[in-house]
Amino acid sequence: MSSTTTAPAGVAKTPKSKKAGAGAASDRSVAENRLGMKLVAPALVVMLFVTAFPMLQALWLSLSNYALTAPDDRSFVGAQNYVTALSDPLFWRTMLVTVGIMVVTVFFELVIGFVFALVMHRVIFARGIIRTSILIPYGVITVVSGFAWQFAFSSTNGFVNAWLPFVEDNFNWFGEQFPALFAICVSEIWKTTPFMSLLLLAGLAQVSEDMIEAAKVDGATWWQRMWKVILPNMRAAIMVAILFRALDAFRIFDNIFVMTGGAVNTESVSFLTYRQVIEQFQIGMGSALSVLLFLSVLVIAFGIVKLFRVDLAAARQEG
Amino acid sequence: MGDPQGRVAGSVVRRVGIGAALVLAAGTLSACSSDGKPTLNWYINPDGQATLTSLAERCSTDDYDIAIQLLPTGATDQRTQLARRLAANDSSTDLMSLDPVFVAEFANAGWLAEFEGDAADAVVDDDVLSGPADTVQWDDKVYAAPQWANTQVLWYRQSLAEQAGIADALQDGTATWSQVIEAASENGATVGVQADRYEAYMVWINSLVQGAGGDIVSDTEAGVDAQVDIDSDAGRAAAAVVQQLADSPAAQSDLSVSREGTSLGAMYGDGPGEFMTNWTFVYKNYEGTVSEEEFADLAWARYPRTVEGEESAPPVGGIDIGVGAFSEHPDWALEAAQCVTDPEAQLQLAVNDGLMPARASVYEEQELVDAYDAGLLDLYRESIEAGGTRPKSAFYNQISGAVQSTWHPPASVDPEKTPRESAEFIRDVLQGKALL
Repeated sequence: MSSTTTAPAGVAKTPKSKKAGAGAASDRSVAENRLGMKLVAPALVVMLFVTAFPMLQALWLSLSNYALTAPDDRSFVGAQNYVTALSDPLFWRTMLVTVGIMVVTVFFELVIGFVFALVMHRVIFARGIIRTSILIPYGVITVVSGFAWQFAFSSTNGFVNAWLPFVEDNFNWFGEQFPALFAICVSEIWKTTPFMSLLLLAGLAQVSEDMIEAAKVDGATWWQRMWKVILPNMRAAIMVAILFRALDAFRIFDNIFVMTGGAVNTESVSFLTYRQVIEQFQIGMGSALSVLLFLSVLVIAFGIVKLFRVDLAAARQEG
Repeated sequence: MGDPQGRVAGSVVRRVGIGAALVLAAGTLSACSSDGKPTLNWYINPDGQATLTSLAERCSTDDYDIAIQLLPTGATDQRTQLARRLAANDSSTDLMSLDPVFVAEFANAGWLAEFEGDAADAVVDDDVLSGPADTVQWDDKVYAAPQWANTQVLWYRQSLAEQAGIADALQDGTATWSQVIEAASENGATVGVQADRYEAYMVWINSLVQGAGGDIVSDTEAGVDAQVDIDSDAGRAAAAVVQQLADSPAAQSDLSVSREGTSLGAMYGDGPGEFMTNWTFVYKNYEGTVSEEEFADLAWARYPRTVEGEESAPPVGGIDIGVGAFSEHPDWALEAAQCVTDPEAQLQLAVNDGLMPARASVYEEQELVDAYDAGLLDLYRESIEAGGTRPKSAFYNQISGAVQSTWHPPASVDPEKTPRESAEFIRDVLQGKALL
């Protein structure tokens, strides 16, 4: 078999200017897009069927004042549930707590996760053991991790108070808002940093060694190589990592449920929604909060994509 | 050519499928016992498990077996689990042990089968004390059978009461909260209550309001349009008691997080002891755990009055047995519900587990009289009979949550403000104009 491959006509030569190759490239990409659409259509239909129905159902329910325990008293109230939620200080307090947890956890996960990714990427000895031990927390169920850290921070039988010299031995971490949120964030960071480091490791592996070598030859220091070569080339991977974790962190529920039960103002928006639907059987208000949660997630996703200015479609490096 | 890999993969898939099916089949609640008899599932709360298990055996018949299924420990979790099953029209929920405040909610939701005719007459006859009898009725129909009743009395040390000079008023049942708080303050003692932000705080507030002749809400069958009555003289009298305790030296240091168990230690700690309103379990709790001399000093009296001259309304709790509306065997389930709540069942629960009977006749049984102090038994019975039930509403959870959030912490309660604010908040929550 011949080992040579011939390039397709449209891209036989590197175009002298972007404009010259644009027509050919766009013809090809239009055709590719069409094929892509056809291939993806069945999955899209199934997805819509599976996800659109519950969403529309939630949207419809959110327009009623409807309690599960009083099915006969159900009434259509239009957007009143949204007005109530958005004008209630409790909603904004939970929103602030949720955003706070998201920002803090994602920041620390990004920094620690990147260090782990570098270690996993460069490590020469005991590679398997190191990678495995870094990934262990990610294999632990969130509820279990919540309980483990709750015991660790416990004022009666935990070790955290004993280890920290500047904290009283009987200090109750779950008695006030900020210490309780700190404990929740620690559990969240411990649990999901490995996920962040996995995504960043994939990004690191994509950075061309040639470029790093070239920078070395040019006399760039380690910091310069990191800031000028590695990080810019990992932008898409970093964005994906932040996006995934931010959306996950915004929907935080289990750690709060286990560690504080929402006490001392540690409720997240998800927890508030749970309270309305599961504890109070307020299907209407709960659905309205679910829709608001969904919209918030969309806004965050859109914001992160805009912030990083990464065109994921362009990451295919065509043209 | 064949496809050995495909065949191997196929057989693996088949084996996994069969295994999964077996696991699922084993894990699903069986509707039939091994001998082909139908099984009725009875979801119980963890109080008195051994007695309830023997009850299930005794009440199983040639037609059906009763199987015990355990609910979580907390009342909120119990309610949630049952509600999730019943909201999905679960036919395997035949019998369930319900906290009395859930009966109206569940009945209104259409989740409970109605006890009609003879069944209703059997579970709510003249022998059933009025407090428990009231808890099982909703919309003039009977939806559950009272199995046992709980009430709160005032526990204290006789030596403290004599030293404070209110022993007689306590024994007459005429002592007021104000007198009890003053007596404790002047004698270096404390007053133990349940004022954490949870259901028992609502129990206390409700009894204080009813003890002043009022109600938190009324006309509850109007659902979200129920009449909110807490902004009244009775509401203010209740708030005055909470405020007086919170501001007095008799308040225990953990007042704002106090629960049923947190003030038990103060009875026989350093100092003269305490006055404590608490459920019936207290007697058995101290019996055998403190010295005989200390136990002999334990005394009890009717729940204190909110206002002078007005009989107190002691809290009423307990367990009612409901029948699932979607049960495949509703007639048998109704029959079983009557069996597990009969006088014999109530006697066993009282003697073995200290869960007091909901029927007057059981209090006369020698076995129970031997197990308890006669005066204490009479007091329990009187309290349950005179007890104030919490509001019966399909929206009870919202009402209770709204009261707890506006009255907590106790130190923030002000008779001039709190009843009014809580009335507004209850209305807003019921009308869906505020988040809880």
